[in-house]
Amino acid sequence: MITLDTIMQGILLGGLYALFAAGLSLVFGIMRLVNLAHGDLIVLSAYLILVIASAFGLHPFLAVLVAAPVMFAAGWLLQTHVLNSVLGDNLLPPLLVTFGLSVVIQNGLLEGFSANSQKLSAGSIETQSLQLGSLSLGIMPLLTLATAVLVIFALNRLFYTTALGRAFRATSDDTVTARLMGIRPNRIFAIATGLSLVVSCIAAVYLGTRANFDPSIGPARLLYAFEAVIIGGLGSLWGTLAGGIVIGLAQAIGAAVNPEWQILAGHLAFVAVLLVSPRGLFPRAND
Amino acid sequence: MSGHLLEIGGLTAFYSDFQALFGIDMYLDTGETVAMIGANGAGKSTLMRALTGIIRVGSGNVMLDGSRIDHLDAPDILLKGVATVPEGRRLFPSLTVEENLLIGAHARKGDGPWNLQSLYELFPILAERRHSPGTALSGGQQQMVAIGRALMSNPRVLLCDELSLGLAPVIIKDIYAAVPRIKAAGTSIVVVEQDIGQALKVADRVYCMAEGRITLKGRPADLSREAIHDAYFGVQA
Repeated sequence: MITLDTIMQGILLGGLYALFAAGLSLVFGIMRLVNLAHGDLIVLSAYLILVIASAFGLHPFLAVLVAAPVMFAAGWLLQTHVLNSVLGDNLLPPLLVTFGLSVVIQNGLLEGFSANSQKLSAGSIETQSLQLGSLSLGIMPLLTLATAVLVIFALNRLFYTTALGRAFRATSDDTVTARLMGIRPNRIFAIATGLSLVVSCIAAVYLGTRANFDPSIGPARLLYAFEAVIIGGLGSLWGTLAGGIVIGLAQAIGAAVNPEWQILAGHLAFVAVLLVSPRGLFPRAND
Repeated sequence: MSGHLLEIGGLTAFYSDFQALFGIDMYLDTGETVAMIGANGAGKSTLMRALTGIIRVGSGNVMLDGSRIDHLDAPDILLKGVATVPEGRRLFPSLTVEENLLIGAHARKGDGPWNLQSLYELFPILAERRHSPGTALSGGQQQMVAIGRALMSNPRVLLCDELSLGLAPVIIKDIYAAVPRIKAAGTSIVVVEQDIGQALKVADRVYCMAEGRITLKGRPADLSREAIHDAYFGVQA
């Protein structure tokens, strides 16, 4: 039975998928790089938050404030020393390198933390809910969606109202001419990947508090993120939010019809959107 | 020290095994406008790309005010004070007119005569279209944005590659009307042109290129039509 409650749960779940996807969308929009390790970097961030939270006895929401700069630095170094050297006209080298990175992260986490499931504990907020008439909405899912909207709003502001955002867009349009304007594309790319991992950190705190995680769940998060980015239209941040909500809604409705159909329904929605609009819901005009 | 603002000596450049420039010698003095004319494929744009650091120089050197800049990367050459209006304008399609202008000041250090206000005075139409996407403008207006974008860094040397390419004669006249004002503001200019008439009108000195070599140089008044014709088409004297 599809009820208003199902639809609301779907939209709220979409917030989580949009957070998974925002970093991927950012990096793809600026440097046309499909980062196959994105899901694993989210999981890595979740472990980092876990370590910081347990070492200093911090709430995960505070631990993420410590983890985010660390992940920004990791993104900067990754882009500067690894990914910049494989970016170019050929799409294959970055795909292979990020695929390799995905394997390395998964195995590194397995070595360091074992295959046991972990969870971030956010305390009593996890079980609190807001009663709206007959609807009962969890505080955490509401916070997740609100954060997704805020992150995408902030990224949009950065893109369209700041000098850095101008440089992001110019570099994305035409790297050679951007260099003639004094922009150093490799630095712009390093900042973009750093920012993408900050967003991954924010996604990780909601991933880790919502359910258990272990080193192997990265690729599935990448798949949801990838589908959200493509449904929304490559490079469009608000489109990515819409894409996340489409997948979340489809999964919630699928699960309401038959619990076994939850994941399948999300993938079917992805295929359906592509059939109707192959460039996604909000394609960029100049792509 | 030669005393020239920009001096190019024995410059060569290659595309893989293909040699595109053969020992180019030229100079630009402070306050000068120099035109580089030549037919399609003469090597003019390759020379511009080599000067701006987009392609690597094979041998020879480029000196700006006595210091070598030929080994520098494009952003560093801009920082030294050499800005470019690239061939085909190459505005950023994701940016508005004003943002295209502002991106030109991305690496600017310090002040100079050129800012949004002075550029809108030079090209008033751009003020009206400031919020339009750069690529929604007519070709002539796009060329104005490309010139303005380069000026926003307040360069000492402005390299203009094919200003008149694809533009109607009346528009070309408007564009070239800005050159004396740019010069008066203290910027020295190299104009690469296929339009010989326009180049001779605006330049203090002219170089002609054919097949990757300088085939003629001199002041416009001193050059005969025949000499320019022969040099332009690479006819050996």
